[in-house]
Amino acid sequence: MVELTLPKNSRMTVGKTWPKPEGATNVRKFTIYRYDPDTGENPRTDTYFVDMDTCGPMMLDALIKIKNEIDPTLTFRRSCREGICGSCAMNIDGINTLACIFGLDEVKGDVKIYPLPHMPVVKDLIPDLTHFYAQHASIMPWLETKTNKPAKEWRQSIEDRKKLDGLYECVMCACCSTSCPSYWWNSERYLGPAALLHAYRWIIDSRDEATGERLDELQDPFKLYRCHTIMNCAKTCPKGLNPALAIAEIKKKMVERTM
Amino acid sequence: MTYKTDMGRVKGLGTAKEGTHEWWIGRLTAVALIPLTLCFIWKVAPLIGGSHADVLAAFQSPLTSITTILFIMIAFIHLAGGLQEVIVDYIHGKAMLVVLLVSTKLLCWGMGFAGAFAVAKIAFGA
Repeated sequence: MVELTLPKNSRMTVGKTWPKPEGATNVRKFTIYRYDPDTGENPRTDTYFVDMDTCGPMMLDALIKIKNEIDPTLTFRRSCREGICGSCAMNIDGINTLACIFGLDEVKGDVKIYPLPHMPVVKDLIPDLTHFYAQHASIMPWLETKTNKPAKEWRQSIEDRKKLDGLYECVMCACCSTSCPSYWWNSERYLGPAALLHAYRWIIDSRDEATGERLDELQDPFKLYRCHTIMNCAKTCPKGLNPALAIAEIKKKMVERTM
Repeated sequence: MTYKTDMGRVKGLGTAKEGTHEWWIGRLTAVALIPLTLCFIWKVAPLIGGSHADVLAAFQSPLTSITTILFIMIAFIHLAGGLQEVIVDYIHGKAMLVVLLVSTKLLCWGMGFAGAFAVAKIAFGA
């Protein structure tokens, strides 16, 4: 049965409130989820105050500032700081997004930051994405061919290449899958929007010769059909992609091949 | 404790090789219900407040009785499919899942046939 309340060891407590920076006039309050598996304590929210006059414009700037200047134990993933690596995905002000391309001015007032929802937490803002990555690997995210390898390259027309636009840009940040209620309830068996978007990216690739096998692999009430077009995936995608549309296209292909 | 690999967990029992048919039936019945519901409202709503004889006479018209039977049957097929989706989404205990899936199917089909039978009985004047 679906769990409507958090397990006992996941219930939130109120943590430490850090002092305001001295002499700062333009201060903003950040409430951030903290969890340390080594202490055995329940997760908590710590409160930080950041001097906005000496802070960069993005959420990630504020997090790095907190880590550098206030609390070095605050843990989060980050790398490229330009929305291409997908590392700093987290839930900011109720929306799953990339902290590096989400502006501080996009949230009014206090900022609340949590890890991506409904995933096991490794520490603080770091979710365990092992299962998510395995699901991605399961859809064979590579070109499958039976024809002998061409001497130079697999050719693709400009029109066929265009079909991959809106799909290839996905950076596997997991914002979409972790915003999907179907994925929350059935992530063991439902592949989720990110893996399905990637599946479609290879199904629609004119060079691929395993389209049928790919569709066969998704022909399942759980792997594909737990999608109920809730559209949270499309709403939250920090890259502006539409996984729900890709899933709908897979469903259409499934029907198409029966007719 | 299990040392199953992540890929092993994802692959699970493999694909069920089905799902498209049920999904497609859900869409077809949804579309079919649009005209059938309008037809049902058009034909049956005016009977509200009418006499017993009015109702009997109305359902003796083939158009009214056939569209009403279709409306009832297709609505219950759609309901059965919809309920199955909800149950599969939220119920994870295997025993409870089987009990609910079987009982909702039986209930929906039972009610669908009962409704169709009731209309047919009036239509044929029995």
